[in-house]
Amino acid sequence: MSLFKLLRARSLVPHRQLGIVAKSKYDFDLIVLGGGSGGLACAKEAVDHGARVLCFDYVKPTPVGTKWGVGGTCVNVGCIPKKLMHQASLLGEAVHEAVAYGWNVNDQNIKPDWQKLVKSVQNHIKSVNWVTRVDLRDRKVEYVNSKGAFFDDHTIEFVPKCGKRYIVTSEYIVVAVGGRPRYPDIPGAKEFGITSDDIFSYDKEPGRTLVVGAGYVGLECACFLKGLGYDPTVMVRSIVLRGFDRQMSNLLAAMMLERDINFLHTCIPDSVERQTDGRLLVKYHNTTTQAESSDVFDTVLWAIGRKGLIEDLNLQAAGVKTQNDKIVVDASEATNVPNIFAVGDIIHGRPELTPVAILAGRLLARRLFAGSEERMDYSDVATTVFTPLEYACVGMSEEQAIETHGVDNIEVLHGYYKPTEFFIPQKSVRYCYLKAVAEINGDQKILGLHYMGPVAGEVIQGFAAALKSGLTLKTLRNTVGIHPTTAEEFTRLTITKRSGRDPTPASCCS
Amino acid sequence: MKRNSNSKGTGLGSQSRGSHDSGNSLGTGGGGVGGSSTNVPPFTHPHCDRQAMYAQPARMFRATRGNYDYDLVVIGGGSAGLACAKEAVTNGARVACLDFVKPTPIGTKWGVGGTCVNVGCIPKKLMHQASLLGEAVHEAAAYGWNVDDKIKPDWSKLVSSVQNHIKSVNWVTRVDLRDKKVEYINGLGSFVDSHTLLAKLKSGERTITAQSFVIAVGGRPRYPEIPGAVEYGITSDDLFSLDHEPGKTLVVGAGYIGLECAGFLKGLGYEPTVMVRSIVLRGFDQQMAELVAASMEERGIPFLRKTVPLSVEKQEDGRLLVKYENTETGEVSEDVFDTVLWAIGRKGLVDDLNLPNAGVLVHKDKIQVDSLETTNVGHIYAVGDIIYGKPELTPVAVLAGRLLARRLFANATQRMDYADVATTVFTPLEYACVGLSEEDAIKTYGEEEVEVYHGYYKPTEFFIPQKSVRYCYVKAVAERNGQQRVYGLHYLGPSAGEVIQGFAAALKSGLTVHTLMNTVGIHPTTAEEFTRLSITKRSGLDPTPASCCS
Repeated sequence: MSLFKLLRARSLVPHRQLGIVAKSKYDFDLIVLGGGSGGLACAKEAVDHGARVLCFDYVKPTPVGTKWGVGGTCVNVGCIPKKLMHQASLLGEAVHEAVAYGWNVNDQNIKPDWQKLVKSVQNHIKSVNWVTRVDLRDRKVEYVNSKGAFFDDHTIEFVPKCGKRYIVTSEYIVVAVGGRPRYPDIPGAKEFGITSDDIFSYDKEPGRTLVVGAGYVGLECACFLKGLGYDPTVMVRSIVLRGFDRQMSNLLAAMMLERDINFLHTCIPDSVERQTDGRLLVKYHNTTTQAESSDVFDTVLWAIGRKGLIEDLNLQAAGVKTQNDKIVVDASEATNVPNIFAVGDIIHGRPELTPVAILAGRLLARRLFAGSEERMDYSDVATTVFTPLEYACVGMSEEQAIETHGVDNIEVLHGYYKPTEFFIPQKSVRYCYLKAVAEINGDQKILGLHYMGPVAGEVIQGFAAALKSGLTLKTLRNTVGIHPTTAEEFTRLTITKRSGRDPTPASCCS
Repeated sequence: MKRNSNSKGTGLGSQSRGSHDSGNSLGTGGGGVGGSSTNVPPFTHPHCDRQAMYAQPARMFRATRGNYDYDLVVIGGGSAGLACAKEAVTNGARVACLDFVKPTPIGTKWGVGGTCVNVGCIPKKLMHQASLLGEAVHEAAAYGWNVDDKIKPDWSKLVSSVQNHIKSVNWVTRVDLRDKKVEYINGLGSFVDSHTLLAKLKSGERTITAQSFVIAVGGRPRYPEIPGAVEYGITSDDLFSLDHEPGKTLVVGAGYIGLECAGFLKGLGYEPTVMVRSIVLRGFDQQMAELVAASMEERGIPFLRKTVPLSVEKQEDGRLLVKYENTETGEVSEDVFDTVLWAIGRKGLVDDLNLPNAGVLVHKDKIQVDSLETTNVGHIYAVGDIIYGKPELTPVAVLAGRLLARRLFANATQRMDYADVATTVFTPLEYACVGLSEEDAIKTYGEEEVEVYHGYYKPTEFFIPQKSVRYCYVKAVAERNGQQRVYGLHYLGPSAGEVIQGFAAALKSGLTVHTLMNTVGIHPTTAEEFTRLSITKRSGLDPTPASCCS
C-alpha cells in the first residue's frame, strides 16, 4: 500500500472503518515514530521480514533556528559531526607532530577555517541524509516528514505541510523519538545560548566559549573547540562525567587542564545578557563559596543534559506510562501498552548510544516479525569519550565493581604507558593510563576495562567482544600483544592497585 | 629444572654480583651493596661496553648449584633474551646476558635490545607514523586548516629523531638490566661444551659456565646470492639509520618488511618499487594480502610481479643499475635506482654459536624446540626468532622468554601458547589479523564447515579529505555450524593493530559469531565494523555498505 494512495483515501475520512488492508485490520504492521538510529534500524529490519512499515521523522528547529534532515541525532547533531570536528582538531595537532617528524610544513600560527570546516561537515551530513533516504526508498519503508502523535493505542495522527489532518493505524507502534538538549531555566538561556544541536552548523566562529556542563557532550565540545584554537571554559555544577569511573573522569579532566582548558568547578549560571558589543555577559555563582562572578564570552553552549521528546506525542491518548521525560519499557522494549514499544534515547534508564539503539531496534523488529526471541543485552556496552586523549571503557567502573562485589573481592590492575609515537613530538604521556577491574578469585573474570589514550574507541571495541566472551585476567595476560600498539598495554598489565607499587612503566620491548 | 633455595638476593653469590651492579653512576641512588669491585667506571653511553670488563668479578664466587658461574646464561639481548633474563633474576636466578651486534656490510651497528628496538618494530613504526603524518597534513588542509600542504620530509632530521629515540630506549634497557641485576656482557658467545660458553669481548675472551642456556640470538636479513648484492644493497638493518635520502628505491621482497618499507618510503615522498618473486605476504590470508598490495598500487607503488633480481652494479653517477628477470616470461629488464633494499627474508644467527660443541641440532638456520622451548639438549633452550616454525614477533618472544624463565626458576608449568597470535602489517592502510586465514580454516575444517562474513566499510574520517575507501575491508572466518566459533579475524584499515588487539583477547576467550554480532559497537569507529558483519561470502551478496548510522 503506497502511502500516497492511502493518504488520498484517508484525507477526508479520519477513521479506520475503510478496511482497505487485506493483511490485517490496520493500515500498517508497524509505525515507527522517529527516524533516528533506533527507529530506522527497526523500520528497515521490519520491512526485511515482510512487514508494512511507516516511519515518521520530524525535527523541530532549535531556538536559533537550526534544523536538519532524516537520520536523527547521531548523523546530524551527534556522533558524526562530533567525530569530524574531533578529527579536525586532532589533525591540527598532527601538523605540529609532522614538523617534529621532519616535514617542512609551516606550523606557525595555523588556524582552521571554521566556515570551511562547518561546510565540509554539513556536506557530509547531507550526503548521509541522502543515502538514508535512498535506502528507505529501496527497502520500501514509507517515510513521512511529519510529527506523528497518538490518537489512540493503534492510531497516529499527523498534520503534513499542507495543513490537513490525517490518521493512520498500525498493529504495532515503536516510539523512537529520541531526545534533545536541555536549556537551563535562567534569563537569556534560549535567546543567547546554543547547544550541540547548533554548534556543528554554526555560521560564525564560536570564539571564546563557555561550555556549561561536564558530561561527555560538554567535554567533547570544549576539547575540539580548544583544538581548533578557540578558548573554551567548562562550567561544572558538581562532577565531571557523572556515571563514568571516577578515577578515569578525574584523569580526563586533568588531561584537559594540562591542555589549558579552564574549568569553573561547582559553579552554576545565573543569567546571560547580550552586551552592546554583541558579546555575552554571563553571571554565575559558585555553589560552594556562594561567590558571584561574571565573565564575557562570544558563545555560550549548554551541555547540561538531554531530555526525552515525549511532549508532542500525546502519549496519554494511548495510555503509555512515562517517567520524567522518558518512557518506561520492560526487557522486551514493551511499554505498559502491549502493542507499543520504545527504543533508543527515549527509553528510561538505558545507555543513550547509537549502536545500542540500532541493535535494540533491530532485535525488536525480529521479535515482532521474524519469530525471534532474542532480547537486547544492555550490559557491558562499550563507549568512548572523544577528547584529545580519548577515554573508552567497557563494563563496570571501579566504584560499581566495589559496590556489587565488595572491595575485598575485586582486583584492579593498572598502569601508565608511553605510546611509541609520542616520543618524537614529545607529546605528554602523563595521562596515558589504563586499568582492568576484575574479580580477585578464580580465573579472575574481568568486570571492566578502562583506557585513556589515542584511538580509544578502536582499542576498546575488541575488548568489549572479549568481555562478552567471558574474558579473564588469566586469558588477558596470555594474549600476545601486537607491538608496537597502545592496545597491547592491556596484555602487559601486572601491577595491582592493592600492591601499592608504582604503575609507571620502565622498559619498552622486553 | 627447579630452583634451589639459596640463590635469592641475600645469598653470597647475589651480593657479589650486586656489588658491581650497584657501584655505577646511573644515578639510581646509592643502595650499593659494599662489594669487591669498587673501581667501576662510570656509565657513559648505551653503546659503552666497559660493562663487559667490570662484569668480571661475577666469576669470583662459585655457584652452589652445580659448579657453574651462573644459573642461566642468555645468549642474545633482544626481546626474548632480555625478558627471559629479567624474569629469571626476579625469581632468584643468577643470570648473565650476552649481546653482540655484528655490523652490517655497510657498517651499521646498534646497541642492546635486539631487532625490535633497534632495526625493527620501533623505528619501523616511527617511520610509518612520519609517513601517516605527511598524509595528515594534507587531510588537515581538507578539514580547513590553513597549512601549505606542498611538503617534503627532512630525511636526516627524521633519522636523527628516530635514532635518538632508539638510543634512549637502549639506555632505559641498560638501566633496567642494572636495576634488575642481570649481568650484561657485550660479547659474542659460542659454545665450548654444553655448559661452557666462550664470549668474545672487545677486551679479549672470557669463559662462562652455566647450568642452563637460553639461545635467543634472533635473526638478520638475508642477502640474495647475486653480483653486487652485499656491496651495493642495504637491508632493514641499515634503512632506519641511512645517512642519505633513499631516493628511488627498489624493495626486493613482498613479505611484511618489504611492504612496510615500501609503504613508508612512498609516504615520505620517495619512489619505491616492490619486486615480488612469487606471492605477496606469504603465510597471510591471500585475499587480504592481495588487497594490501592493491591498496599500495592505488597509492602509486609499482609491483614487479614474478620477478627476481640478477645483478646490481654501481654506475658512474653513483646510482645503482639493477638487472632482473621475469620468471614467467624469461624477459630480462633493467632499471636504475638510488637504493636497493633486500627484504627477501631473515635467517637465524646459528653460525657463530658453535652449536655442535654443545650438541644442539639445527634445522636450516633455526633451532627446533619442543613445547617447553627445549632443544635436543635438555638444559639448553631457545626462544624468539631463532626457533624454527614459530611467529617471529617481539611480543611472542617476550612472553615465551618470560614463561620459560618462570618454568625454570619459579616452579611454573605454564607453556607458551603460540596459537591465535595477532599481528599487524604497518602498510599505509594497515592490515591486522588474528587466528586462521581463510585458506587455513578451509584446509583445517573443510570448505563446507567454514563460513566467512565480510564487508567493505567507509571510515567516517575519510569522507572530508576524500581518502579512498576502496580497500577498507573486514572479514571474520568462522565455524559454519554449531557454536559458530570465530577462527580468524582480518581487518584492513586505519589503526589496525589497535583494532585487532582486543579481538585477539576475544578469540582466546572463545568468541562466537553470535557474540560478535551482539557486541554493541562503539560509534563512530572502524572497529565497530566487526559487530556489523552480516553478509556471508557464501550468499554472494554485495559486501559494499549502504547506510551509515542505522
